[in-house]
Amino acid sequence: MLGQEIKKLVIYTIFLAIIILPMLGFTGGAEFQAERAFLVFGIGVALLVLNLIVKVIRSHRPPPDHDKPSLPERIGDRLHRIPKIFTLGPLLLAAGTFPLVANNYMIDVGITCLIYVCLGLGLNIVVGLCGLLDLGYIAFYAVGAYSYSLLNLTYGFSFWAALPIGVVLGMICGCIIGYPTLKMRGDYLAIVTLGFGEIIRLVLNNWDDLTAGPNGLFGMKRPPLYYPTIEDGGLDMVTYYLTSLPGLFYFILVIAILIIIGVNRLDKSRIGRAWIAIREDEVAAELSGVPTTWLKLLAYAMGAGFASVAGAFFAAKLSYVNPNFFLFMESCIVLSIVVLGGIGSIPGIIIAGFILIAVPEVFRELEAFRMLAFGAIMTTMMIIRPEGLIPASRKKREFHRQRDEAERGPQ
Amino acid sequence: MNQDYGDNILTLEDVHTYYENIHALKGITCTVPKGSIVCLIGANGAGKTTTLLTISGVERARRGRILFEGQNIETLPPEKIAALGIAQSPEGRQIFSRMSVMENLEMGAYLRKDKEGIQQDMEWVFSLFPVLKDRYRQKGGTLSGGEQQMLAIGRALMQQPKLLLLDEPSLGLAPKIIERIFETIQEINKNGMTIFLVEQNAHMALTTSDIGYVMETGRIVLEDDASALLENKEVQKAYLGE
Amino acid sequence: MDFSAFILQQMVNALFLGSIYALIALGYTMVYGIIELINFAHGELFTAGAFIGVIVLSGLQQIGWVETHFVLTLFIVFGLAMAYVAVLGVALEHVAYRPLRNASRLSALLSALGMSIFLSNGMMLSQGVSDRAYPQVFGLESIDFFGAMISHSQVFIILLAFVLMVGLQFFVHRTRLGKAMRATAQNRTIARMLGINIDQTIRITFMIGPALGAAAGVMVGLYYGAVRFDMGFIFMIKAFAAAILGGIGSIPGAVLGGLIIGGIEVAWAAFLPSAWKDVTTFTVLILVLYLKPSGLLGESEADLRV
Repeated sequence: MLGQEIKKLVIYTIFLAIIILPMLGFTGGAEFQAERAFLVFGIGVALLVLNLIVKVIRSHRPPPDHDKPSLPERIGDRLHRIPKIFTLGPLLLAAGTFPLVANNYMIDVGITCLIYVCLGLGLNIVVGLCGLLDLGYIAFYAVGAYSYSLLNLTYGFSFWAALPIGVVLGMICGCIIGYPTLKMRGDYLAIVTLGFGEIIRLVLNNWDDLTAGPNGLFGMKRPPLYYPTIEDGGLDMVTYYLTSLPGLFYFILVIAILIIIGVNRLDKSRIGRAWIAIREDEVAAELSGVPTTWLKLLAYAMGAGFASVAGAFFAAKLSYVNPNFFLFMESCIVLSIVVLGGIGSIPGIIIAGFILIAVPEVFRELEAFRMLAFGAIMTTMMIIRPEGLIPASRKKREFHRQRDEAERGPQ
Repeated sequence: MNQDYGDNILTLEDVHTYYENIHALKGITCTVPKGSIVCLIGANGAGKTTTLLTISGVERARRGRILFEGQNIETLPPEKIAALGIAQSPEGRQIFSRMSVMENLEMGAYLRKDKEGIQQDMEWVFSLFPVLKDRYRQKGGTLSGGEQQMLAIGRALMQQPKLLLLDEPSLGLAPKIIERIFETIQEINKNGMTIFLVEQNAHMALTTSDIGYVMETGRIVLEDDASALLENKEVQKAYLGE
Repeated sequence: MDFSAFILQQMVNALFLGSIYALIALGYTMVYGIIELINFAHGELFTAGAFIGVIVLSGLQQIGWVETHFVLTLFIVFGLAMAYVAVLGVALEHVAYRPLRNASRLSALLSALGMSIFLSNGMMLSQGVSDRAYPQVFGLESIDFFGAMISHSQVFIILLAFVLMVGLQFFVHRTRLGKAMRATAQNRTIARMLGINIDQTIRITFMIGPALGAAAGVMVGLYYGAVRFDMGFIFMIKAFAAAILGGIGSIPGAVLGGLIIGGIEVAWAAFLPSAWKDVTTFTVLILVLYLKPSGLLGESEADLRV
């Protein structure tokens, strides 16, 4: 057993050397930059050795009891069991007081996190509940952002007037993308959504007359609030534009909370259960009378709607949009949030949103490694914990069933 | 058993197989003597195919032992089991439909290196099933049901196995072709190959075999000489429609 | 240039671009054929090939081999790039795909996507964000072909692509391993029962498919004169469109699809605003998936399930 593992280690090390040394060694001229190449190679070998040690230690311990849930699952279960008031109360309090204690930079990061949480929750409907892999999700965010920008700049629509229009446009786009993919298999669906996402970005980029192309649009008004005053003897409405960061933070916080409540309701409703039925076994769902066509379209539309809201806020907050905010990578980031958090798990997505967005912001020097880490995390999660950090209680069983089967298969 | 076949080439001892949580085989014990034809009969869903797949290593036995020529094989992967000399003609004529008849047969001989022997066996298979020779360039998917069944058996024969597992060779075929196939099975057996046969067509199977096992819901409920089973009242009632 | 020469020129351009798409599409089709997974990282493997190509070529240029041993230089450049990516492909399969062979499709897809992001950013970090220039080894001379000007590099690339495709066809249909590969793709269980080591055949698929992609990467570098860490993305979508159009899983289909996609793109760029040419390709991809998901030469779904 040990001999075999060591043999494997040697082979892996050779592979690692072949892969890493040329790619990291020859970066500019023909000179071999040994230091960097061997540093990364060394890290790789260290990880391999660590893996070997863990394996050897594990092999000396009795095999884990399958009925006993693992530690993260127990934590997840605990979290699910604590009365809501004890978890949500302090959380809300913390969120509410955050702008009072934090500096502007931190608030800005907080706003970004909340935007991504909204996006993650929206994508969760499509990927997590309905099981449809959508790789062009960021397009709906773009639709929301550009709808508000154009309506505001050209017709002077206020945020509140433009928002429903943007959401409806987003939902329509969702249906347009959703409709041809209804009967498609999962992997084709991924490619089609990716293609749609790119089409929307390219249209925004190329349609100079409408969208100003790569230059983008700027000068949109911030989201306004209205409050009544009694001045000069009469009742009057005063418009207050949310320009300060704390104001914007509270604004997106409220939006996020509303989305969380909405998604939570959906999750527990008949519709939510029907979505999960589609995810688990579409044919069976259809045979038992679930209108799969409509529900899949609805999932796309709902997901797109939430993204539009986030997009409109994003455009209003920044007062600037351009097509490069909506690259494929953004879709990947949102997807990473859903995957890391636990497909279908609302608290998981909220936590993952904060981890994935805030951590790289705080450790600025690591920023460059952010996407590298996202990619690695996504693959690693799929291999060792496909159910995510905090699994949705329903999802857990399903994933593990498949793993058991895999383990039984010959190695 | 009143006939002595010498060594058992295959022995199953208390084999249990599960599909997820479904207990498909609930302790199968049986033996296949060298040089015999043994059949396993039973209704749909009794676990006959699962038994063969477990022998081949496609399904894992969760408990029990499988001995092939005295060697434990229950933990080996299918490709290793094939290399030891067990070939299976699978249920439902699973041939490679996008490969020609010739290529299908060549795949049967994948592990063999003896070019002449392969050529000879190819001729032998063609003599057993002349129709395959006429169509050797045709894609497997374009053959008729009976021809596909012949191809599946032929492919297994190309493995030059010591033990041939046949899963429902008569399924969905016309009576004339069934007869032809069972004649061929006996011919193959006369050449010295041990055959383990799974069938729903109990009459055909028992007439051809030396020993019979009757299976019901994952268990073997009866075992005897095939001729004795043919006379057995219960078997007649349940499986022979008499 | 008169109109017929213009058309001929465009046809040559289409053949050139189509060959490159076809080579990449072959990688998708082979991998999909054998493990039914879209290898999202294929575009990155293609880019990796282009990077190794530029590294080797720059090195050989420095020691003067480009002038003295031109053919040998090309041979080494393509050989090393393809070998490197073959190793990378095998590693990728081992790390990210093999553990998920029996898992749900969503998990496998996400794992592939993760690897794509990882490799793309890994290359960005190691090779930089900006273009890396390819040494121009072919010079600027062209051949006058009935009025159309074909550069030497185009001739070379079209010929090499053709040789590689013929070689692949030979491997898959005439060799023992190639046949085992096809058998594994058609029915994995039966293949195992016949003694085929499917781990080995899958590994070989992950060597050949990516190696062809790497060759395409070097070709793109040689022709366009530069390589960038994210160039795999756009080629990936187009090659994927080609693979789908031809019928995923079908090797001749991938070649046909590549040529058609190349043709559409060149024709669009020749007569219509070229900024929109990518939109056209994506639209074609979506239309094909919607109207005829089995592609032009693909087997129907029922056949695939045999």
